[in-house]
Amino acid sequence: MKTSMTRTQRAAVGQGVKEGAAQAAPSGTRQSARRATIRKQATAWAFLTPIVIYLVLFYAYPLYTNLDLSFRDYTLRSFISGEAEWAGFENYRQVLTDNTFGTALWNTFVFTGASLLFQYAIGLALAVFFYRKFPLSSTLRALFLVPWLLPLLVSASTWAWMLNSESGIVNAALSWIGLDPIYWLTSPDWSLTAVLITNIWIGIPFNLVLLYAGLQAIPTELYEASSIDGAGRWRTFWSITFPLLRPVSAITVLLGLVYTLKVFDIIWVMTRGGPGDSSATLAIWSYRLGFGGGSPQLSPAAAVANILILIAFAFGLFYVRAQRKALNQ
Amino acid sequence: MKRSRKLSTTVIGVVLTAIMLFPLYWMVNVSLTPREQLRADPPSLFPLHPTFSGYTQVLEQQIPYLGTSLVVGLGTVLLTLVIAAPAGYALAQLRPAGGATLNFLLLIAQMIPGIIMAMGFYILFNKWGVLDTIPGLIVADSTLAVPFGVLIFTAFMIGIPRELIQAAWIDGAGAWRTFRSIVLPMSRNSIVSVSLFTFLWSWSDFLFASTLNRGGEHQPITIGIFRYIGNNTQDWNAIMATAVVASVPAAVLLVIAQRYVAAGVTAGALKD
Repeated sequence: MKTSMTRTQRAAVGQGVKEGAAQAAPSGTRQSARRATIRKQATAWAFLTPIVIYLVLFYAYPLYTNLDLSFRDYTLRSFISGEAEWAGFENYRQVLTDNTFGTALWNTFVFTGASLLFQYAIGLALAVFFYRKFPLSSTLRALFLVPWLLPLLVSASTWAWMLNSESGIVNAALSWIGLDPIYWLTSPDWSLTAVLITNIWIGIPFNLVLLYAGLQAIPTELYEASSIDGAGRWRTFWSITFPLLRPVSAITVLLGLVYTLKVFDIIWVMTRGGPGDSSATLAIWSYRLGFGGGSPQLSPAAAVANILILIAFAFGLFYVRAQRKALNQ
Repeated sequence: MKRSRKLSTTVIGVVLTAIMLFPLYWMVNVSLTPREQLRADPPSLFPLHPTFSGYTQVLEQQIPYLGTSLVVGLGTVLLTLVIAAPAGYALAQLRPAGGATLNFLLLIAQMIPGIIMAMGFYILFNKWGVLDTIPGLIVADSTLAVPFGVLIFTAFMIGIPRELIQAAWIDGAGAWRTFRSIVLPMSRNSIVSVSLFTFLWSWSDFLFASTLNRGGEHQPITIGIFRYIGNNTQDWNAIMATAVVASVPAAVLLVIAQRYVAAGVTAGALKD
């Protein structure tokens, strides 16, 4: 908020100076002023040249290649010759009529929705808890970050072993309280839940950090006023904390959403999308088609990936709008 | 009364943290459990007869993978800084026309799912002949960090007083000299933040490694672990030992740079 304020002010001041100079100066100085502006812009864009080249070469070009790929029939032979026949919408037709499509789309929504809900709810509860400063609170908060910093592959393989049907600690714990073992990774009924639990665990720290930062931005006078009014903790949370946290919440959830749509490592390491398609999301399905062993079907894989990007962008627009709103408040 | 309530809050906090970190404890525990006890029912909660055979195996087999990850990580950091720092300076201080559009594009770039980039890179790298090479992997990994890096640098460099920069200009320093001798030294904190995150992301990458470096001579540690899981599922003691070793950078990072980490997470998400 502060930065955007100063930036607008600065722009306004700059405008004023420019206009003033233009009015007072004879045409010769005006020309030299224009030349100075051009030189300034040239300097600015000289510093931006690396990123522009980078974005074109390593973002736009791969994206374009992927789009092109999805409209061709890329085979093993094209891998060597570099040429592939034009296939029009054939790959999209093939993918959209595939039985896996419905399952993968549904799994993507369930996985994303449930991840966000639990990550946010648990993260918020923890943020509120840590907001009450107590001895050790900042150390413990730092420790909470560890799962988020670990390589996903490490977390995923640890959870895979913990959820192992025969020798995993989770089933052992279930049997201690008298429950039957669950075939977490090998039963189609449970595999999605298993990867979901792991992903929620990974996402909690991120939610905690952002929401905690949001809580700290709420003026303490509001809490004092509400406690004078005799509002209880629960009332205070719902009538002050939660509404004032809305912009931060929106950004947290949307960042989580963009991240969760991409999740690949966790599911691939734990279940490879199986058994069957029971834990396959769109990202997993795309990877499986292209790189999952067997003969690579890169073109259909690219088509699936492009459907995924459409979904990501649709939500991405929400993200940008939410961020604008948060900055303007 | 009040003190006892604070104490009980601390106790609750410790318990919550312990629950959250239990998987990490379990990873260490399993990495120290002898192979024949891995299948014990119930599993033992403490490594009563610790063995370091898993770690010996890591040292024998995983060192080349760890070395590759280190090289790729450092290369990615370097590339990211070279691209992102000048861009951040321009966007924060030089007011380029079209800067807002560029900011928007960088925001969009962060949302592109990795699988899409991986597939595009796969075709392109094949054409360019950099499939299965370390430079190829460095370029791919840097896409995880460059947009974030520009965002962080812009946010930090906007805070550098304009008077300072103008003074340098008046002294006759060009834009480049100003950038090198004033802006960069003052942005040390943001350079550290960006480097740390970039290294960590590159170190953790599995998607690009498993698509763009499937058969290369030098493969990163994530592939090393994944190979283990695929080949000898019996040997979870060694797998977990590798996992512990692969977590070391994250742990080091947290200890030496905790404030940068939290600041990085928040700045990346909340600042424009």
